[in-house]
Amino acid sequence: MRYVKAENVAEVVQLLQDEVGVARVLAGGTDVLVQLKMGMVEPDLIVDIKHLEGIKDIVSEDGGYRIGAAVSGAELGEHAGVVALWPGVVEGVELIGSTQVQGRATMAGNLCNGSPAADSVPGLVAADAVVRIAGPDGVRDCAVLDIPVSPGKISLTKGEFITSIFLPKRPERASDAYLRFIPRTEMDIAVAAAGVSLELDADGTCTAARVSLGAVAPTVLLVEEAANAIIGTKLDEASLEILAAACSAVCNPIDDKRGTIEFRTEIAGVLAKRAALIAYKRAGGQ
Amino acid sequence: MALDENGKRTFNIIGTRPPRPDGIDKVTGRAMYGADATAPGMLTGHILRSPHAHAKIKSIDTSAAEALSGVKAVITSADFGVPEDDYTRDVQDNCMAREKVLYDGHAVAAVAAINAGVAKQALKLIKVEYEILPHVTDVDAAMKPDAPIVLAGYAMDGLPKGMSENVTHHFEFGHGDMDAGFAKADKIVERSFTTAATHQGYIEPHACLATMGGDGKGELWVCTQGHYHVRGVCADILGMDASQLRVTASEIGGGFGGKTTVFIEPVALALARKSGRPVKLVMNREEVFRASGPTVSSSTDVKIGMTKDGRITAAHATLRYQGGAFPSGTVQFGAQSAFAAYDLDAVQTIGWNVMTNRPKEAAYRAPGAPMAIYAVESVVDELCQELGLDPLDVRLKNAARKGTKSAYGPTFDDIGLEATLEAAKAHPHYAAPLGPNQGRGLSCGFWFNFGGNTCVTMNLNFDGTVGITEGNPDIGGSRASISMMAAEELGISYDKVRTIVADTNSLGHNDITDGSRVTFAVGLATIKAAREAIKVMCARAAKIWDIDADAVYWEDGFAKPSGPNAGAFEPMSIEEIAASSPNTGGPIAGHHEVNADGAGVSFGVHLVDLEVDPETGATTVLRYTVFQDAGKAVHPDYVEGQMQGGAVQGIGWALNEEYIYGQDGRLQNPGLLDYRIPVASDLPDIDTVILEIPNPGHPYGVRGVGETPIVPPLAAISNAVSRSIGLRMSALPMSPPKILKALKSKG
Amino acid sequence: MKNIHVSTTVNGDPTEFICAPDESLLDVLRDRLRLTGSKEGCGSGDCGACSVMVDGRLVCSCLVLGAEAEGAKIETIEGMAKGDDLHPLQQHFIDGAALQCGICTPGILVAAKALLEKNPNPTDTEVRYWLAGNLCRCTGYDKIIKAVQAAAAEMRGA
Repeated sequence: MRYVKAENVAEVVQLLQDEVGVARVLAGGTDVLVQLKMGMVEPDLIVDIKHLEGIKDIVSEDGGYRIGAAVSGAELGEHAGVVALWPGVVEGVELIGSTQVQGRATMAGNLCNGSPAADSVPGLVAADAVVRIAGPDGVRDCAVLDIPVSPGKISLTKGEFITSIFLPKRPERASDAYLRFIPRTEMDIAVAAAGVSLELDADGTCTAARVSLGAVAPTVLLVEEAANAIIGTKLDEASLEILAAACSAVCNPIDDKRGTIEFRTEIAGVLAKRAALIAYKRAGGQ
Repeated sequence: MALDENGKRTFNIIGTRPPRPDGIDKVTGRAMYGADATAPGMLTGHILRSPHAHAKIKSIDTSAAEALSGVKAVITSADFGVPEDDYTRDVQDNCMAREKVLYDGHAVAAVAAINAGVAKQALKLIKVEYEILPHVTDVDAAMKPDAPIVLAGYAMDGLPKGMSENVTHHFEFGHGDMDAGFAKADKIVERSFTTAATHQGYIEPHACLATMGGDGKGELWVCTQGHYHVRGVCADILGMDASQLRVTASEIGGGFGGKTTVFIEPVALALARKSGRPVKLVMNREEVFRASGPTVSSSTDVKIGMTKDGRITAAHATLRYQGGAFPSGTVQFGAQSAFAAYDLDAVQTIGWNVMTNRPKEAAYRAPGAPMAIYAVESVVDELCQELGLDPLDVRLKNAARKGTKSAYGPTFDDIGLEATLEAAKAHPHYAAPLGPNQGRGLSCGFWFNFGGNTCVTMNLNFDGTVGITEGNPDIGGSRASISMMAAEELGISYDKVRTIVADTNSLGHNDITDGSRVTFAVGLATIKAAREAIKVMCARAAKIWDIDADAVYWEDGFAKPSGPNAGAFEPMSIEEIAASSPNTGGPIAGHHEVNADGAGVSFGVHLVDLEVDPETGATTVLRYTVFQDAGKAVHPDYVEGQMQGGAVQGIGWALNEEYIYGQDGRLQNPGLLDYRIPVASDLPDIDTVILEIPNPGHPYGVRGVGETPIVPPLAAISNAVSRSIGLRMSALPMSPPKILKALKSKG
Repeated sequence: MKNIHVSTTVNGDPTEFICAPDESLLDVLRDRLRLTGSKEGCGSGDCGACSVMVDGRLVCSCLVLGAEAEGAKIETIEGMAKGDDLHPLQQHFIDGAALQCGICTPGILVAAKALLEKNPNPTDTEVRYWLAGNLCRCTGYDKIIKAVQAAAAEMRGA
């Protein structure tokens, strides 16, 4: 195995493209190092991208924020601007692992790990976040929703890597929330999860919403029926029940050591309902 | 050695909370644990493990691994002999499979190499040809006559028809007329329960450093609860004399019973012997889960009859435990302890042990008791609900007391159950209001405690300070409590005493640190050793004063003439006696060797409030109080620590911890991510109330306290959940999917 | 696999080592620098026994490559006491019996120190969540939380 501390984006792309064996990008390393230790992957090349210019920066852009691929969860959580604009995205990222893991883990890494249970992804999907990808053909942007392909597999092609994630601007009276279910209070992988982003009008009626689910299908799901259930409402009990039912209806989970199909399907709706209410309150709804 | 009758009811040091002698080493990172030692020329050992639950080993080809540059030794079972006695052979076969692999993770070969990278590469080059056999991991399935046979030739004598050869042990305890007892009952509840296998979950993986010289002398540095035991087993396996293998216990990073046997030690020694170099062998966490010893899983039927006013008329339990791939007698403790908290006219318990394709179980804190008492205390709680009775009143009404003939035979002496129940009843926790979706549960707990073989030496230094040499690894502050008992007895200050844990060649045999025995038995031997030294010190003073030795007595660190007739001598301090000892007969020491009995049983009661989320099945523990009889709490901080730590292990067992096996017989969750031990944010404060009902078998009244606290949480939590959701739960762990499913079934 | 030369700072001292590209910082600390106070309980970031600070951030050293330490500032348990003067957390852990076997203690002390530097006056709940990645199997956490709070109170008063 070779370890290379890359100096610039072009070098990363070149290294990834030229490697005939297995290459891995290292940002926070909290997935790669575990896989390395467990013998799940034996990379021939590790490219450390933490020293690229701007890769650890959070910058304002068009009323939103561009977050460098190597920004850790702890750094993101300390950024008052992002926390105010996208609290649900931040709380999703902050749920990844322990305080120690937060010191290293990144949103981009969490996304690239390709896990359907990745805690940061439902929030990013609900936020309609866009990743910027550098590759042999230059730079391209892609919706977060289109990155995961199947468990452990993402849509980036050889030579490509994520350089930043963009969280768009928000109107007044808009917010988001993320909830996951785990058996303990910390340190577990999500058994089911929901991200909800919504916008309200002056009287508190929901005018736009995006609802996403994690850990209940091979990839994170965007559930339009669930969003439609609350658009035009003030999140009354009846509309929340429709939202919950819509969420449960699209679940396609597995039985495993972390939860059953039945359980995941049931609580996906419960979590979406609760997350919607938190987002509603954060957006100023009563 | 009986409770001191005169004096000694007031203590100067016992009951205080001085800092532990190993504290600074442990907060600065200096303390040396199993994996922290090195030796010149040291190699790294790695073990190849079976990916199959059950398979015949058709062949092992190690030639490619041996040829790899940097590999210094490769071993398989062929490098060991075949021990004649069953016990040693089973232990050896568990450390290195012979002929068959019996569980996922069973060791098949090992290498010693110049570094971990080479060792791992070498493991990949070892070719093992397996013939896969059918497997069984479930306790009830393994008892069925058509179950795959784990190991032939181990069936119990007189195996009943309709049972598999996998059944190795059968126990029965009890007394009284069961039919007559049940006939007197107004209400009978009969229910079946299961518990999953759990792991001790010590944070330090097994680790050792072995050296074997060409002269046949060996050294072993190892994290263990019992280095004398390790020496005995390893010497037997390797065909050495015990005297030629010196074993030193490292600081131990948790054990809870799981470090009372050997897994890697004989392998490291064999690699060291073959390579001629020191070999360090450290398990990784996955190996700890797959190939050390978790506790048993169980399946239990309990039937209890009760009168309308809460008197138990008859009680019956059938326990079925699986103890993994080799015979295990743990179910005996379950069958003995199941009804220990009750004074019963008619009681019977039956225990069966069965082998499965799982790692051989090891002791885990009160081994066998938590799962048995969980089932019993659940049924008692259900009877209380059915009959509209207060669960503490019912337990008080039926509580075992001094003079009770216990369900397992012996008649109890002074015990603290009643006082413990009364303390729980009087505690504000029991009267506190509960909110919606909340439930309160309680359970009694019991453990026998143990004494055992113990040696202690007390050496008086020339400056009057004292060294205590004992032979039990300090797993939770015992060096502090032993120093305290020595200081108390000698009448000197705590900081004048230093206690060390000796290696196997520096002191006679000491049994394993288990059975909550150390503070009791090593303490007892320490007191006795100190008393012997006091006798010598009094004689030395008498010699200086030129009076009769009988005319001198010891008080508060001084030899004193016993009265005016003895002479008007100034009291002589321990320092003076020590300083003058070269002129009065030489160095002064006291020692004591004993196979201690009189450990004194221990009872506890746990009280818990919790809340169940009706939409997700998640349980939040809100309030927890532990009541326990410590006999005499030598260092109350460490008594509380045992009560709190045991309670939390039990909470984990009740709610989330479990060994999960797939259809393929492989362990699905061999890591601390998915084997979910409680984290700090899962828990409230764990409040403690120490009762002190002196143990008649110890001079200060001390009882072991370490194991009892893991017993009550299983039922206490289950009873609270059951009361919260209005449905009796009967399987552990009560993970959220299980609780939600129960809630849904209720509609 | 060719070894890498790394220049770094450990507990304030300039330190150089060589390591394999796939070697963790924990292995470097323990096996190459003989700083065995950081423990390996899992190797997968689930137990926190290997907690150290890297450039002022609390991390699991098992999830950092040794090679990444180039130019970094590493702080371990061995650097926590200043000579014979224990850090208040260390003293309160001894005084409050917040350790039994002690294997998790170095990691918990490093993590707790990081917490108190960020939040000198945490609630019990904040302490419990901050330390959720540090497993302790002996104490049930009760005395750990109390010792952290006692140290925090002393440090606020100092």
